[in-house]
Amino acid sequence: MAKRVFRLFRGQGNTGQLVDYELECDEGMVVLDAVHRIQAEQAPDLACRWNCKAGKCGSCSAEINGKPRLMCMTRLSDYPPDRPITITPMKAFPLIKDLVTDVSWNYEVNRRLPEFKPRPPDFPDGSWRMYQYEVERAQEFRKCIECFLCQDVCHVLRTHRKHDEFIGPAFLTRAAAYETHPLDTNDRATYLKEQGGIGYCNITKCCTEVCPESIAITDNAIIPLKERVVDRHYDPLRAIVRLLKG
Amino acid sequence: MIEVQRHEHDVIVIGAGGAGLRAAIEASLQGCRVALICKSLLGKAHTVMAEGGAAAALGNVFPEDNWKVHFRDTMRGGKMHNNWRMAMIHAQEAPDRIRELEAWGALFDRTADGRINQRPFGGHTYSRLAHVGDRTGLEMIRVLQDKAVHCGVDVFMECTVIKLAVVDGKVCGALGYWRESGRFVLFRAHAVVLATGGIGKAWAITSNSWEYTGDGHALAYDAGAELIDMEFVQFHPTGMVWPPSVRGILVTEGVRGEGGVLLNNQGRRFMFDYMPEMYRGDFAETEEEADAWVTGDRKKNRRPPELLTRDVVSKAIVAEVKAGRGSPHGGVFLDIASKRDPEYIKKKLPSMYHQFKELAGVDITKEPMEVGPTVHYVMGGVKVDPETQAATVPGLFAAGEVAGGMHGANRLGGNSLSDLLVFGRRAGLGAAEYAKRQGRLPEIPQNLVNETVEWALAPFERSGGENPYQVQEDLRRTMQENCGIVRDQAGLEQALADLAKLKERAMRTGITGSREYNPGWHTCLDLHSQLTVAEMVVRSCMERKESRGAHTRFDYPDSDPNWERKEVVVRRDGDRMEVKVVPQPEIPEELMTIIKEGA
Repeated sequence: MAKRVFRLFRGQGNTGQLVDYELECDEGMVVLDAVHRIQAEQAPDLACRWNCKAGKCGSCSAEINGKPRLMCMTRLSDYPPDRPITITPMKAFPLIKDLVTDVSWNYEVNRRLPEFKPRPPDFPDGSWRMYQYEVERAQEFRKCIECFLCQDVCHVLRTHRKHDEFIGPAFLTRAAAYETHPLDTNDRATYLKEQGGIGYCNITKCCTEVCPESIAITDNAIIPLKERVVDRHYDPLRAIVRLLKG
Repeated sequence: MIEVQRHEHDVIVIGAGGAGLRAAIEASLQGCRVALICKSLLGKAHTVMAEGGAAAALGNVFPEDNWKVHFRDTMRGGKMHNNWRMAMIHAQEAPDRIRELEAWGALFDRTADGRINQRPFGGHTYSRLAHVGDRTGLEMIRVLQDKAVHCGVDVFMECTVIKLAVVDGKVCGALGYWRESGRFVLFRAHAVVLATGGIGKAWAITSNSWEYTGDGHALAYDAGAELIDMEFVQFHPTGMVWPPSVRGILVTEGVRGEGGVLLNNQGRRFMFDYMPEMYRGDFAETEEEADAWVTGDRKKNRRPPELLTRDVVSKAIVAEVKAGRGSPHGGVFLDIASKRDPEYIKKKLPSMYHQFKELAGVDITKEPMEVGPTVHYVMGGVKVDPETQAATVPGLFAAGEVAGGMHGANRLGGNSLSDLLVFGRRAGLGAAEYAKRQGRLPEIPQNLVNETVEWALAPFERSGGENPYQVQEDLRRTMQENCGIVRDQAGLEQALADLAKLKERAMRTGITGSREYNPGWHTCLDLHSQLTVAEMVVRSCMERKESRGAHTRFDYPDSDPNWERKEVVVRRDGDRMEVKVVPQPEIPEELMTIIKEGA
């Protein structure tokens, strides 16, 4: 197969530039293969994250021609051969080096999310009964591989940098996984409203579009959570008072 | 003086896959201050890629299943080479560990009456694997990850450990570097649990990621611990073979568990031709019987031969390809499209559907997959006490893939995820109890730290030296060619000679750039572990002059009764690798009866 040009972001902290690498490519290659080949042959200190190379671990997130994607699941043959493929790090997080960003904020958010609390066991042996139709709703959200591409594309984080006030679509999905868990008894409505910043989401569905697991983040996770929060915090008496006072 | 960040804990756990997380949780529940150190981000360890499920005799699908049947299956699958006590503990405790995971939030697929569903898998008499579609590992690691975080475990991500500190004959700490900054960090603790997984990255075709460089095996070896069974490396029968860039990526055994069949280029279900004597009578003898079993009548019919153990299926595939009956790209065909309808396949094997569609342009609901063997798992590892997972050096513990003994000469699919939980917990408990008996934390002499740091930084002094990626690739090539699925003396000798040269080249590797997030530098350091484990494997293979389970030799094609219940032990003796053969503990009579006559 022919040579192709890859335009990679190289840099650290606040500085960096796009650097072109020309590379011999084989049939079936994905973007991550190209990055590895550049590492092995031309730039041994090129930083990138990866693990499974099969779309299961969510480590190799980056922006390919400006679109948030997993490098391991993006085939070179999807792009015109005569034009460079541009690979840049996720924009919503601080840069560490090259294609690697500091995603530690996500782990802090996860730590603060109210944890799973099951109802008491249904049987003296400590077990529960749950049916497939009950678990399926939560299973959709539990497919999340924590690639953080939805966080990257979300304008509340990416453009408005509301990291202190908004937990982002990834953790709204996680919250939905708990809230739809048939055994869970914990209450996250107040948390989602006050610390989670769920109101910031104006359902543009960008997150759903980039999810490599095809989770219907906006429709199935965020909108039902918004409804739950409104139900909980809507006080009819106060609404009438507000209406009368203008 | 070199600046080194310092931390103090009671117990440190190296590796944050299933075993490491479970060990950290247990030590923390025992009241210990626990550090969990991992090379990647949390939740990205190999466990996340596990697909098929976790084996446990819950008896939800087949009430007649119990620990004895599971024990028997494990021992027979391991060719009777397993540590019997570990296999027993594993079979007895796995159901509790699965139920515990459910109490912590895991959502397994359900039976019609609302219990945890169980799927059939190779070598298991009954449907036994608790699962979530084909992403069981993801479910397990998330649940354990959240549990660990809420238990108060201190997590140190993207930190690679390069040396264990041994003071007065006891392991009492670990020295590592932050991948991000390239700075060094010293963890002091009473006990260290190794949960670093496997070694597969030393072969060219593998389902393993960059992390699987055998760090834990090498750390234990350097610290003077004994390792066993290193000749037993599992080749999973079904890895992807095409296109070249995805070669080796795993295709779950769940495809066969759900009815997928293996075909050669003449369309024959060749597994009927490879029935080992040991399993004769346990498996279907006609396609009709196998198909009837798949479509639901599991009481009257026997399992399809595609569900034979992994060593048997891998060797059968190699034989078919060698006989000229392989697929266009040097594998065989795995077909589920003609056995199940598209909706069923997408529901039960969603990530396989996705993986083939995206990476190979193959729709598995319409056409067969091309598959072939891929290095997947190492049965060998650190020799441990079955009750506490203590290694042969005080203060050191090991659990999961890095520990040896549990799986004998061949691991059954599904027994790894349950192994992680059962022995992860026991290692955490063992380490916590050991830590509580210790007094003050010993001081770690500065020269121990300095020597290691100097060694680690040496590649920066050698810019213009050997390319570490090239050395790694050459290592993977020689192991693939000379220490692959079938071995012989000449090949092994060639491998050993190559390793000696590669070691010299590894000493000359050079790197440019800074210490910050520099994968080239990381590869220089990984080479030490990889070359150490490769040598252990090659020497152990040379020692065992017979074929058993996953260890197959051209020049000694049969199992030799003289080698029965004997294990190859590797240990460091100064700069020399000492290899010896010792008898395994005798299997108690009542357990032999279970194995021979059934439970």
